[in-house]
Amino acid sequence: MGSKGNYRSPLARVRGLGAAKSGVEHWWLQRASAIALLPLVVVFTAFAISLTGASHAEVAAFLGRPLPAGITILLVIAAFWHLKLGGQVIIEDYVSHEGVKLACVLALTFATVAVGLACILAVLRLVVAGA
Amino acid sequence: MAEFSLPANSKVGKGKTHAAKPGAQKIVKFNVYRWNPDDGQNPRVDTYEVDMAQCGPMVLDALIKIKNEIDATLTFRRSCREGVCGSCAMNIAGTNTLACTRSVEEAVDAKGEVNIYPLPHMPVIKDLVPDLNQFFAQYASIKPWMQTQSPAPTGRERLQSVEDRARIDGLYECILCACCSTACPSYWWNGDRFLGPAILLQAWRWIADSRDEMTGERLDQLEDPFRLYRCHTIMNCAKTCPKGLNPAKAIAEIKKLMIERRG
Repeated sequence: MGSKGNYRSPLARVRGLGAAKSGVEHWWLQRASAIALLPLVVVFTAFAISLTGASHAEVAAFLGRPLPAGITILLVIAAFWHLKLGGQVIIEDYVSHEGVKLACVLALTFATVAVGLACILAVLRLVVAGA
Repeated sequence: MAEFSLPANSKVGKGKTHAAKPGAQKIVKFNVYRWNPDDGQNPRVDTYEVDMAQCGPMVLDALIKIKNEIDATLTFRRSCREGVCGSCAMNIAGTNTLACTRSVEEAVDAKGEVNIYPLPHMPVIKDLVPDLNQFFAQYASIKPWMQTQSPAPTGRERLQSVEDRARIDGLYECILCACCSTACPSYWWNGDRFLGPAILLQAWRWIADSRDEMTGERLDQLEDPFRLYRCHTIMNCAKTCPKGLNPAKAIAEIKKLMIERRG
Protein backbone atom coordinates (compact mmCIF):
# COMPACT_ATOMS: atom_id res chain seq x y z
CA MET A 1 0.00 0.00 0.00
CA GLY A 2 1.94 2.96 -1.26
CA SER A 3 5.11 1.41 0.12
CA LYS A 4 8.32 2.71 -1.44
CA GLY A 5 9.86 0.48 -4.08
CA ASN A 6 6.61 -1.28 -4.88
CA TYR A 7 5.72 -0.38 -8.43
CA ARG A 8 2.79 -2.76 -8.79
CA SER A 9 -0.32 -0.67 -9.26
CA PRO A 10 -2.88 -0.61 -6.46
CA LEU A 11 -5.32 -2.38 -8.81
CA ALA A 12 -2.81 -5.17 -9.53
CA ARG A 13 -2.31 -5.69 -5.81
CA VAL A 14 -6.04 -5.67 -5.10
CA ARG A 15 -6.87 -8.08 -7.93
CA GLY A 16 -4.03 -10.24 -6.58
CA LEU A 17 -4.36 -13.95 -7.29
CA GLY A 18 -8.04 -13.64 -8.21
CA ALA A 19 -11.08 -15.01 -6.44
CA ALA A 20 -10.63 -18.46 -4.87
CA LYS A 21 -14.12 -19.46 -6.09
CA SER A 22 -14.74 -21.07 -2.71
CA GLY A 23 -15.87 -20.09 0.74
CA VAL A 24 -19.61 -20.62 0.30
CA GLU A 25 -19.38 -24.24 1.46
CA HIS A 26 -17.34 -23.29 4.51
CA TRP A 27 -19.72 -20.45 5.42
CA TRP A 28 -22.81 -22.58 4.93
CA LEU A 29 -21.50 -25.60 6.89
CA GLN A 30 -20.63 -23.31 9.79
CA ARG A 31 -24.27 -22.14 9.85
CA ALA A 32 -25.64 -25.65 9.29
CA SER A 33 -23.56 -27.09 12.15
CA ALA A 34 -24.71 -24.21 14.38
CA ILE A 35 -28.35 -24.98 13.57
CA ALA A 36 -27.79 -28.70 14.19
CA LEU A 37 -26.19 -27.91 17.55
CA LEU A 38 -29.31 -26.12 18.83
CA PRO A 39 -31.57 -29.21 19.27
CA LEU A 40 -28.61 -31.52 20.01
CA VAL A 41 -27.41 -29.37 22.92
CA VAL A 42 -30.96 -29.09 24.29
CA VAL A 43 -31.52 -32.88 24.20
CA PHE A 44 -28.06 -33.66 25.58
CA THR A 45 -28.58 -31.16 28.40
CA ALA A 46 -31.92 -32.84 29.18
CA PHE A 47 -30.09 -36.19 29.34
CA ALA A 48 -27.52 -34.73 31.71
CA ILE A 49 -30.21 -33.26 33.97
CA SER A 50 -32.16 -36.53 34.01
CA LEU A 51 -28.98 -38.29 35.14
CA THR A 52 -28.47 -36.03 38.17
CA GLY A 53 -27.36 -38.17 41.11
CA ALA A 54 -26.94 -41.31 38.98
CA SER A 55 -23.98 -43.59 39.58
CA HIS A 56 -21.13 -44.04 37.09
CA ALA A 57 -22.50 -47.43 36.07
CA GLU A 58 -26.00 -46.00 35.47
CA VAL A 59 -24.64 -43.15 33.31
CA ALA A 60 -22.48 -45.60 31.33
CA ALA A 61 -25.46 -47.88 30.78
CA PHE A 62 -27.67 -44.97 29.73
CA LEU A 63 -25.16 -43.59 27.22
CA GLY A 64 -24.68 -47.09 25.84
CA ARG A 65 -28.30 -47.22 24.67
CA PRO A 66 -28.88 -46.49 20.95
CA LEU A 67 -30.76 -43.19 21.20
CA PRO A 68 -28.57 -41.42 23.81
CA ALA A 69 -25.46 -42.79 22.10
CA GLY A 70 -26.66 -41.59 18.70
CA ILE A 71 -27.52 -38.12 20.03
CA THR A 72 -24.14 -37.89 21.76
CA ILE A 73 -22.21 -38.93 18.65
CA LEU A 74 -24.13 -36.43 16.50
CA LEU A 75 -23.43 -33.74 19.10
CA VAL A 76 -19.73 -34.56 19.03
CA ILE A 77 -19.61 -34.46 15.21
CA ALA A 78 -21.54 -31.16 14.97
CA ALA A 79 -19.59 -29.52 17.80
CA PHE A 80 -16.13 -30.45 16.56
CA TRP A 81 -16.96 -29.66 12.96
CA HIS A 82 -18.27 -26.27 14.08
CA LEU A 83 -15.15 -25.78 16.21
CA LYS A 84 -12.89 -26.60 13.26
CA LEU A 85 -14.71 -24.25 10.86
CA GLY A 86 -14.99 -21.39 13.36
CA GLY A 87 -11.43 -21.81 14.59
CA GLN A 88 -10.17 -21.69 11.03
CA VAL A 89 -11.96 -18.36 10.51
CA ILE A 90 -10.30 -16.91 13.61
CA ILE A 91 -6.86 -18.12 12.46
CA GLU A 92 -7.38 -16.64 8.98
CA ASP A 93 -8.51 -13.37 10.54
CA TYR A 94 -5.48 -12.87 12.75
CA VAL A 95 -2.58 -14.81 11.20
CA SER A 96 -1.50 -13.31 7.89
CA HIS A 97 1.80 -15.19 7.43
CA GLU A 98 0.88 -17.90 4.90
CA GLY A 99 3.12 -20.62 6.35
CA VAL A 100 2.12 -20.01 9.96
CA LYS A 101 -1.53 -19.78 8.93
CA LEU A 102 -1.36 -23.10 7.09
CA ALA A 103 0.37 -24.77 10.05
CA CYS A 104 -2.22 -23.41 12.50
CA VAL A 105 -5.18 -24.56 10.38
CA LEU A 106 -3.60 -28.01 9.94
CA ALA A 107 -2.94 -28.30 13.67
CA LEU A 108 -6.51 -27.29 14.42
CA THR A 109 -7.89 -29.79 11.90
CA PHE A 110 -5.78 -32.66 13.27
CA ALA A 111 -6.64 -31.76 16.87
CA THR A 112 -10.39 -31.55 16.29
CA VAL A 113 -10.43 -34.81 14.30
CA ALA A 114 -8.33 -36.59 16.96
CA VAL A 115 -10.32 -35.38 19.97
CA GLY A 116 -13.65 -35.82 18.16
CA LEU A 117 -12.72 -39.36 17.16
CA ALA A 118 -11.67 -40.15 20.74
CA CYS A 119 -15.08 -38.91 21.98
CA ILE A 120 -16.93 -41.04 19.41
CA LEU A 121 -14.86 -44.15 20.25
CA ALA A 122 -15.60 -43.60 23.95
CA VAL A 123 -19.33 -43.57 23.26
CA LEU A 124 -19.07 -46.61 20.97
CA ARG A 125 -17.22 -48.44 23.75
CA LEU A 126 -20.19 -47.83 26.05
CA VAL A 127 -22.53 -49.11 23.32
CA VAL A 128 -20.48 -52.28 22.86
CA ALA A 129 -20.16 -52.79 26.63
CA GLY A 130 -23.92 -52.47 27.05
CA ALA A 131 -24.78 -54.80 24.18
CA MET B 1 -0.48 -10.39 11.49
CA ALA B 2 -3.19 -8.34 13.12
CA GLU B 3 -1.58 -5.42 14.89
CA PHE B 4 -2.75 -4.63 18.39
CA SER B 5 -0.25 -1.93 19.27
CA LEU B 6 1.20 0.98 17.36
CA PRO B 7 4.71 0.72 15.91
CA ALA B 8 7.25 2.96 17.70
CA ASN B 9 7.21 5.61 15.00
CA SER B 10 3.41 5.85 15.18
CA LYS B 11 3.14 6.49 18.93
CA VAL B 12 1.19 9.70 19.37
CA GLY B 13 2.79 12.41 21.50
CA LYS B 14 1.49 15.59 23.02
CA GLY B 15 1.59 18.61 20.74
CA LYS B 16 1.15 22.34 20.95
CA THR B 17 -1.79 24.18 22.44
CA HIS B 18 -3.09 27.23 20.60
CA ALA B 19 -4.99 29.29 23.16
CA ALA B 20 -8.08 31.28 22.18
CA LYS B 21 -7.80 35.04 21.77
CA PRO B 22 -8.74 37.07 24.85
CA GLY B 23 -12.44 37.91 24.93
CA ALA B 24 -13.56 34.56 23.47
CA GLN B 25 -17.08 33.74 24.63
CA LYS B 26 -17.68 30.04 24.05
CA ILE B 27 -14.46 28.06 23.90
CA VAL B 28 -14.33 24.50 22.59
CA LYS B 29 -10.99 22.67 22.52
CA PHE B 30 -10.25 20.70 19.35
CA ASN B 31 -7.64 17.99 19.86
CA VAL B 32 -6.39 17.22 16.36
CA TYR B 33 -4.03 14.45 15.19
CA ARG B 34 -1.02 15.91 13.40
CA TRP B 35 1.63 14.11 11.40
CA ASN B 36 4.02 15.54 8.88
CA PRO B 37 5.83 13.10 6.55
CA ASP B 38 8.71 15.56 6.07
CA ASP B 39 9.89 16.35 9.61
CA GLY B 40 10.79 12.84 10.82
CA GLN B 41 8.79 13.34 14.01
CA ASN B 42 6.21 11.03 15.58
CA PRO B 43 2.56 12.04 15.30
CA ARG B 44 1.21 14.42 17.96
CA VAL B 45 -2.11 15.83 19.05
CA ASP B 46 -2.36 19.63 18.84
CA THR B 47 -5.05 21.47 20.77
CA TYR B 48 -6.82 24.43 19.24
CA GLU B 49 -9.15 26.58 21.31
CA VAL B 50 -11.92 27.89 19.07
CA ASP B 51 -14.50 30.52 20.01
CA MET B 52 -17.73 28.89 18.85
CA ALA B 53 -19.52 32.24 19.09
CA GLN B 54 -17.48 33.19 16.01
CA CYS B 55 -17.68 29.84 14.19
CA GLY B 56 -20.19 27.83 12.15
CA PRO B 57 -21.92 24.88 13.84
CA MET B 58 -20.19 21.93 12.15
CA VAL B 59 -16.84 20.30 12.92
CA LEU B 60 -15.73 21.18 9.38
CA ASP B 61 -16.52 24.85 10.05
CA ALA B 62 -14.19 24.68 13.05
CA LEU B 63 -11.42 22.93 11.06
CA ILE B 64 -11.64 25.55 8.30
CA LYS B 65 -11.55 28.30 10.91
CA ILE B 66 -8.47 26.71 12.49
CA LYS B 67 -6.73 26.48 9.12
CA ASN B 68 -7.69 30.04 8.12
CA GLU B 69 -7.06 31.82 11.40
CA ILE B 70 -4.88 29.74 13.72
CA ASP B 71 -2.66 27.23 11.92
CA ALA B 72 -2.40 27.16 8.13
CA THR B 73 -0.32 23.94 8.25
CA LEU B 74 -3.32 21.81 9.32
CA THR B 75 -4.14 19.49 6.42
CA PHE B 76 -7.47 17.84 5.68
CA ARG B 77 -9.68 17.03 2.69
CA ARG B 78 -12.96 18.85 2.15
CA SER B 79 -15.08 19.88 -0.75
CA CYS B 80 -18.88 20.01 -0.80
CA ARG B 81 -19.48 20.80 2.93
CA GLU B 82 -22.93 19.13 2.73
CA GLY B 83 -22.40 15.37 3.03
CA VAL B 84 -22.37 14.58 -0.67
CA CYS B 85 -18.70 14.29 -1.67
CA GLY B 86 -17.33 12.18 1.19
CA SER B 87 -14.00 14.01 1.27
CA CYS B 88 -14.01 15.11 4.92
CA ALA B 89 -14.47 11.62 6.41
CA MET B 90 -12.50 11.37 9.64
CA ASN B 91 -12.72 9.98 13.16
CA ILE B 92 -14.54 12.53 15.31
CA ALA B 93 -15.22 11.83 18.99
CA GLY B 94 -14.39 8.17 18.41
CA THR B 95 -16.73 7.69 15.45
CA ASN B 96 -15.96 7.70 11.76
CA THR B 97 -18.13 10.36 10.18
CA LEU B 98 -18.15 13.42 7.93
CA ALA B 99 -16.83 16.60 9.52
CA CYS B 100 -19.33 18.62 7.50
CA THR B 101 -22.46 16.88 8.80
CA ARG B 102 -21.35 16.29 12.42
CA SER B 103 -22.14 19.26 14.64
CA VAL B 104 -19.65 20.40 17.24
CA GLU B 105 -22.46 20.17 19.80
CA GLU B 106 -22.85 16.41 19.09
CA ALA B 107 -19.11 15.79 19.05
CA VAL B 108 -18.04 17.69 22.17
CA ASP B 109 -17.29 15.54 25.23
CA ALA B 110 -17.95 16.21 28.92
CA LYS B 111 -14.70 18.19 29.18
CA GLY B 112 -15.74 20.55 26.39
CA GLU B 113 -13.28 18.95 23.94
CA VAL B 114 -13.56 17.40 20.48
CA ASN B 115 -11.08 14.69 19.50
CA ILE B 116 -10.31 14.44 15.78
CA TYR B 117 -8.20 11.71 14.17
CA PRO B 118 -7.82 10.42 10.61
CA LEU B 119 -9.85 7.38 9.51
CA PRO B 120 -8.50 4.42 11.53
CA HIS B 121 -5.94 1.87 10.34
CA MET B 122 -5.13 3.56 7.04
CA PRO B 123 -1.69 4.86 6.05
CA VAL B 124 -1.60 8.60 6.77
CA ILE B 125 -0.36 10.97 4.08
CA LYS B 126 -0.46 14.04 6.35
CA ASP B 127 -2.52 15.05 9.40
CA LEU B 128 -6.14 14.06 8.70
CA VAL B 129 -5.52 12.84 5.14
CA PRO B 130 -5.48 9.02 4.78
CA ASP B 131 -4.11 7.14 1.77
CA LEU B 132 -7.21 5.75 0.04
CA ASN B 133 -5.44 4.32 -3.05
CA GLN B 134 -6.15 0.72 -2.07
CA PHE B 135 -9.77 1.55 -1.23
CA PHE B 136 -10.42 3.05 -4.64
CA ALA B 137 -8.49 0.27 -6.41
CA GLN B 138 -10.85 -2.16 -4.66
CA TYR B 139 -13.76 -0.09 -5.92
CA ALA B 140 -12.39 -0.29 -9.48
CA SER B 141 -11.90 -4.05 -9.10
CA ILE B 142 -15.65 -4.71 -8.78
CA LYS B 143 -16.28 -2.90 -12.08
CA PRO B 144 -18.75 -0.37 -10.72
CA TRP B 145 -20.60 0.33 -13.94
CA MET B 146 -23.49 -1.29 -15.79
CA GLN B 147 -22.33 -4.30 -17.79
CA THR B 148 -24.58 -5.80 -20.47
CA GLN B 149 -24.50 -8.31 -23.30
CA SER B 150 -27.63 -7.14 -25.11
CA PRO B 151 -27.09 -4.00 -27.16
CA ALA B 152 -28.47 -0.71 -25.91
CA PRO B 153 -32.00 -0.07 -27.20
CA THR B 154 -32.18 2.61 -29.85
CA GLY B 155 -33.99 5.82 -29.16
CA ARG B 156 -34.51 5.21 -25.46
CA GLU B 157 -32.75 4.25 -22.25
CA ARG B 158 -32.73 0.76 -20.70
CA LEU B 159 -36.06 0.46 -18.92
CA GLN B 160 -36.54 -0.50 -15.30
CA SER B 161 -39.78 -1.03 -13.36
CA VAL B 162 -40.55 1.18 -10.39
CA GLU B 163 -40.12 -1.88 -8.12
CA ASP B 164 -36.74 -2.75 -9.64
CA ARG B 165 -35.62 0.84 -9.27
CA ALA B 166 -36.64 0.73 -5.60
CA ARG B 167 -34.22 -2.19 -5.04
CA ILE B 168 -31.24 0.12 -5.34
CA ASP B 169 -32.59 2.61 -2.81
CA GLY B 170 -30.28 2.57 0.19
CA LEU B 171 -27.41 1.58 -2.14
CA TYR B 172 -26.98 4.32 -4.72
CA GLU B 173 -26.73 6.95 -1.95
CA CYS B 174 -23.29 5.65 -0.89
CA ILE B 175 -20.72 8.42 -1.35
CA LEU B 176 -17.62 6.22 -0.84
CA CYS B 177 -16.36 8.22 2.12
CA ALA B 178 -14.74 5.02 3.55
CA CYS B 179 -16.16 5.60 7.06
CA CYS B 180 -17.62 2.07 7.14
CA SER B 181 -14.65 0.17 5.74
CA THR B 182 -12.22 1.88 8.12
CA ALA B 183 -14.55 1.13 11.06
CA CYS B 184 -14.52 -2.59 10.27
CA PRO B 185 -12.08 -4.78 12.26
CA SER B 186 -12.05 -7.34 9.45
CA TYR B 187 -10.92 -4.56 7.10
CA TRP B 188 -8.28 -3.46 9.62
CA TRP B 189 -6.75 -6.95 9.85
CA ASN B 190 -7.23 -8.09 6.24
CA GLY B 191 -7.89 -4.95 4.20
CA ASP B 192 -5.45 -6.12 1.54
CA ARG B 193 -7.74 -9.04 0.63
CA PHE B 194 -11.16 -8.31 2.18
CA LEU B 195 -13.07 -5.82 0.02
CA GLY B 196 -14.70 -4.16 3.02
CA PRO B 197 -18.27 -2.95 3.56
CA ALA B 198 -18.25 0.08 1.25
CA ILE B 199 -17.02 -1.84 -1.79
CA LEU B 200 -19.27 -4.84 -1.09
CA LEU B 201 -22.27 -2.50 -0.82
CA GLN B 202 -21.27 -1.11 -4.21
CA ALA B 203 -20.87 -4.64 -5.58
CA TRP B 204 -24.40 -5.45 -4.38
CA ARG B 205 -25.66 -2.17 -5.90
CA TRP B 206 -24.74 -3.51 -9.37
CA ILE B 207 -25.90 -7.06 -8.67
CA ALA B 208 -29.24 -5.67 -7.48
CA ASP B 209 -29.65 -3.47 -10.56
CA SER B 210 -32.20 -5.14 -12.88
CA ARG B 211 -30.51 -3.64 -15.95
CA ASP B 212 -27.13 -5.26 -15.29
CA GLU B 213 -26.52 -8.60 -17.04
CA MET B 214 -23.32 -9.77 -15.32
CA THR B 215 -24.68 -10.97 -11.98
CA GLY B 216 -23.04 -14.40 -12.29
CA GLU B 217 -19.64 -12.99 -13.19
CA ARG B 218 -19.91 -10.46 -10.37
CA LEU B 219 -20.69 -13.26 -7.89
CA ASP B 220 -17.77 -15.30 -9.30
CA GLN B 221 -15.41 -12.45 -8.51
CA LEU B 222 -16.72 -12.18 -4.93
CA GLU B 223 -16.72 -15.92 -4.15
CA ASP B 224 -13.64 -15.94 -1.99
CA PRO B 225 -12.91 -16.61 1.69
CA PHE B 226 -11.32 -13.17 1.96
CA ARG B 227 -12.97 -10.85 -0.55
CA LEU B 228 -16.48 -11.54 0.79
CA TYR B 229 -16.40 -13.95 3.70
CA ARG B 230 -14.19 -11.92 6.05
CA CYS B 231 -17.43 -10.12 6.91
CA HIS B 232 -18.48 -11.49 10.30
CA THR B 233 -21.54 -9.26 10.67
CA ILE B 234 -19.84 -7.04 13.24
CA MET B 235 -22.15 -4.19 12.11
CA ASN B 236 -19.74 -1.31 12.80
CA CYS B 237 -20.36 -0.33 9.17
CA ALA B 238 -24.08 0.22 9.62
CA LYS B 239 -23.54 1.95 12.96
CA THR B 240 -21.05 4.48 11.63
CA CYS B 241 -22.41 5.25 8.12
CA PRO B 242 -22.96 9.02 7.98
CA LYS B 243 -25.60 8.48 5.27
CA GLY B 244 -27.58 6.00 7.37
CA LEU B 245 -26.99 3.09 4.97
CA ASN B 246 -26.62 -0.57 5.91
CA PRO B 247 -23.62 -2.21 4.20
CA ALA B 248 -23.95 -5.30 6.45
CA LYS B 249 -27.39 -5.99 4.96
CA ALA B 250 -26.02 -5.59 1.43
CA ILE B 251 -23.29 -8.14 2.24
CA ALA B 252 -25.91 -10.52 3.68
CA GLU B 253 -27.84 -10.25 0.40
CA ILE B 254 -24.72 -11.24 -1.56
CA LYS B 255 -24.20 -14.22 0.76
CA LYS B 256 -27.83 -15.26 0.21
CA LEU B 257 -27.33 -15.27 -3.58
CA MET B 258 -24.14 -17.33 -3.13
CA ILE B 259 -26.25 -20.00 -1.40
CA GLU B 260 -29.13 -19.67 -3.85
CA ARG B 261 -27.03 -20.30 -6.96
CA ARG B 262 -25.58 -23.54 -5.61
CA GLY B 263 -28.81 -25.40 -6.26
